[in-house]
Amino acid sequence: MPQIFPRRANSLVSMALWGGAFGVVILILVAVTIGSSAHDTGVYTTPEQPVPFSHEHHVSGLGLDCQYCHTGVEKSDFAGLPPTYTCMTCHSQLWTNAEMLEPVRQSLKRDEPIEWVRVHDLPDFTYFSHRAHVNNGVGCESCHGRVDEMPITSQRKPLTMQWCLSCHRNPEPNLRPADKITAMGYDPAKDGIPGHELLERYAIRKDNLTECVTCHR
Amino acid sequence: MSRLAGFAILTLALVMALTACDQEPMANQPKYETYEAAPEWPDDQSARVPVAGTVPRDAPVELAVSETLPMPLTRELLERGQAQFNIYCSPCHARTGYGNGMIVQRGFPSPPSFHTDRLRNAPLRHFYDVITDGYGVMYSYADRVPPHDRWAIAAYIQALQLSQYAELDDLTEEQRTELRQHDTSATQPPISAGQEGHQ
Repeated sequence: MPQIFPRRANSLVSMALWGGAFGVVILILVAVTIGSSAHDTGVYTTPEQPVPFSHEHHVSGLGLDCQYCHTGVEKSDFAGLPPTYTCMTCHSQLWTNAEMLEPVRQSLKRDEPIEWVRVHDLPDFTYFSHRAHVNNGVGCESCHGRVDEMPITSQRKPLTMQWCLSCHRNPEPNLRPADKITAMGYDPAKDGIPGHELLERYAIRKDNLTECVTCHR
Repeated sequence: MSRLAGFAILTLALVMALTACDQEPMANQPKYETYEAAPEWPDDQSARVPVAGTVPRDAPVELAVSETLPMPLTRELLERGQAQFNIYCSPCHARTGYGNGMIVQRGFPSPPSFHTDRLRNAPLRHFYDVITDGYGVMYSYADRVPPHDRWAIAAYIQALQLSQYAELDDLTEEQRTELRQHDTSATQPPISAGQEGHQ
């Protein structure tokens, strides 16, 4: 019986097999890279806002506490956006003619809310609670970054499940005492009370933190 | 027959594989997140303004505002008051209560110092009322500071007022020792937190 395949078919098959396996690995690597890239996670997304509000100026320059405007943060799942009335608490007296603040004045005059653009948007199948975090030792900075250094607010953390879990699995290095929750530039590892002590103080049960239902329900 | 079944399974797998790629509907479901825009609703808002006079279901029934502190004066209450004072009041009134906070330094009309005779003799209820209703150019803080915190802040303001007139005898022996360690010029009267804010 004559040979059906020529001799070089051996190397062709071997090349195809190895090439295929290599291709699959490359494909997985590309998918993972795209999935965790800034393009996909939205890190450094800086949407244009109706008023170019500067957290840097208000937090770092004036020393306002986050809660002065985000009043719901320790009582509600949502930190809360300030109503125009809060802006006008100061701006009824300061920068009253600034053109930049015209939308704020119009909002108060017409009793219409300012339409801020959302910067941090989690998928609808996750249930994040600000109250649960800030009352249990997680600071604003852990998820929002150095807000006091942002002239325009942008997203600084990937907000992926992997990223959330990295802290849920091992929260100790990120815990702060209650009076340092809104502090910026605070380093729990250097400045603070040891994480395991805070874990006890807040009575955090680590076994609950990685349950599916903790975030998905 | 088995060929048909195989074809069906393959088709199904292909369809599932293709639909699995598009995750957008899962991440953005047809439901309103907090403050999400709702076209066709008044003001395009999904968040509705409660009917006037609405009270939270768990709010305590309060027929009239108490004339004086309606809760026991505890260390926790004062610490709560301090934290809330530093958040909401200190931008103008300064942490010391002298009325030269950062917003005042940037041009906001200066509020009166808490350490004047008039305000040192004011009843606790006065501070509660000013937080609730505002005063002069100060806006109302009623929607930012709930009643319990208003009392806590009022109590803390009185503690702040006392601090500026504290005598050495008011301190415990421990505090006096600590003070002597910090204060090298022993002839000077004790410096309370806040003296640096005095203009």
